[in-house]
Amino acid sequence: MLTDYELQALLLSLKISGVAVLVSLPLGILCAWLLARCQFHGKAILDGIVHLPLVLPPVVIGYLLLTLMGRQGIIGRTLYDWFGLTFSFSWRGAVIAVAVVSFPLMVRSIRLALEGVDLKLEQAARTLGASPVKVFFTITLPLTLPGILTGTILAFARALGEFGATITFVSNIPGETQTIPLAMFSFIETPGAETEAARLCIIAIVIALASLLVSEWMTRMARNRVEAQC
Amino acid sequence: MLTIDVQKVLGSLELDIKLDLPMQGITAIFGRSGTGKTSLINVLSGLSKPDKGSIQLGDRILCDSAKGIFLPPEKRKIGYVFQDARLFPHYTVAGNLTYGCCDKDQTHFDDVVRLLGIDSLLQRYPSSLSGGEKQRVAIGRALLMKPDMLLMDEPLASLDLPRKQELMPYLEKLAKQVNTPILYVTHSLDEILRLADFMVMINKGQVVVAGNVNSVWGSPEMRPWLPAKEQSSLISARVNQTHPDYALTQVMLSHDACLWVSKLHRPRGEWVRVRIHSNDVSITKAKPEQTSIRNILMARIDKILSVNEEEKVAVRLRVGEAQLWANLTLWAADELCLKVGDEVFAQIKGVSVTQDDLA
Repeated sequence: MLTDYELQALLLSLKISGVAVLVSLPLGILCAWLLARCQFHGKAILDGIVHLPLVLPPVVIGYLLLTLMGRQGIIGRTLYDWFGLTFSFSWRGAVIAVAVVSFPLMVRSIRLALEGVDLKLEQAARTLGASPVKVFFTITLPLTLPGILTGTILAFARALGEFGATITFVSNIPGETQTIPLAMFSFIETPGAETEAARLCIIAIVIALASLLVSEWMTRMARNRVEAQC
Repeated sequence: MLTIDVQKVLGSLELDIKLDLPMQGITAIFGRSGTGKTSLINVLSGLSKPDKGSIQLGDRILCDSAKGIFLPPEKRKIGYVFQDARLFPHYTVAGNLTYGCCDKDQTHFDDVVRLLGIDSLLQRYPSSLSGGEKQRVAIGRALLMKPDMLLMDEPLASLDLPRKQELMPYLEKLAKQVNTPILYVTHSLDEILRLADFMVMINKGQVVVAGNVNSVWGSPEMRPWLPAKEQSSLISARVNQTHPDYALTQVMLSHDACLWVSKLHRPRGEWVRVRIHSNDVSITKAKPEQTSIRNILMARIDKILSVNEEEKVAVRLRVGEAQLWANLTLWAADELCLKVGDEVFAQIKGVSVTQDDLA
């Protein structure tokens, strides 16, 4: 049904987006928690930085990643010297690019869910002998689960569609960094490959729609569990 | 002993509480809304921090601003039952109950579940419980952490009347069977009468009067709280005997003063609290004969207060150790020439027992 080429792009897309979302989830929860619950100097700046990828042109993000994380970049060089990790022209770089771009969506939904958790329940748990850490893992986090699921799926869907930052940072290498949007771009560029482009277009629509439906279903499941606050 | 000496400014309210409370029974904290009742128990629980002062529970210092000690709520071992039950929606009833347990104690668990009648609810989620059931689970959850003290913040206030009546018997059982001292915030006099042994009245962030319920009830500070028809005296009495022919029980106020009340199913010698409305007490100078009134006590006039605006006189009588208030008209008081120290007879038309054993 799918050609090898399409399958390769599809699996690569899923791998890059999946890894990006899983890696950024703990950081996303931390950022959301800081923004929802803490008062500190520079909170507005953190809020701004987290949301910046939402409004910046993706090509700017790709360019910044290239300058910072490339082999000659400050961070990129350090990581290479210490761990032998390279990011440019590798799928790991694509993971970073899509993680940065999809991060604000994840933080936004988790933050909203955290703000919806009743602080009174946390107080009640404290009076029952639970330390703040136990309260976070037994009360706050489970009650935030619907928001975490929504945020994760939303970020995943956004990651699947990432184009600008990826192509700028890690280029368009089949089998390494060529995700579905990049593969489609190559076909559009190639004269006479309209059918291949159209096929990829349909694949993109199907997986985007599927992830939205899964997100909706999972959120409903999670909400049913924690519904009807007392 | 619970020793409290705390100050805290909360908006326009200055909380300044100095209090010594016994470590047994139920102590009611009473006062109108916004006088600092809930703020006080929040400070005790550690959920809010006093500006200054100290709290000592038994030999444990919970908080002492001079020494820089402030135990967080989870280290205080103080159970808290909130007005809104605050059950965790993602745990079953059983999960809620055991949330605060540090050791598995099946006997204690079974006892508490039986006491509160929640064994059929264990597998359900809080969203499917009624208000009264939620509150019973919340009480159980607080008891199961084996607290040194239990705080209850108007546990009945958010419930409708049938739910209140459903929960009340459980609270009465709790008061009798559980050894944990309880601080019970309320603005309901009825709840105090039925549950409390001690009471503290708070107004504008300060303690107005504190002590045994019977003595606070008869104190002048309490009078503004009781409308004329609610004005009453509380007296402790001991169950003595049941009338051989009629459904009446004799209770003794002292060795030579007794009252007949509706039949009580209580063993001889048990203490009950009786309530006598001041409007049901009349005074005669000579011992009445051939009267329909069964309860006549010898008494000495202790105090006479005139309540001018209503042309009423409140007379405080002393019967042995107990105090008894009588409301008379000014006309009657003038005609009888009542004076402090006079020996009179009090005729009592109605007596009710307020701490009723429903078990």
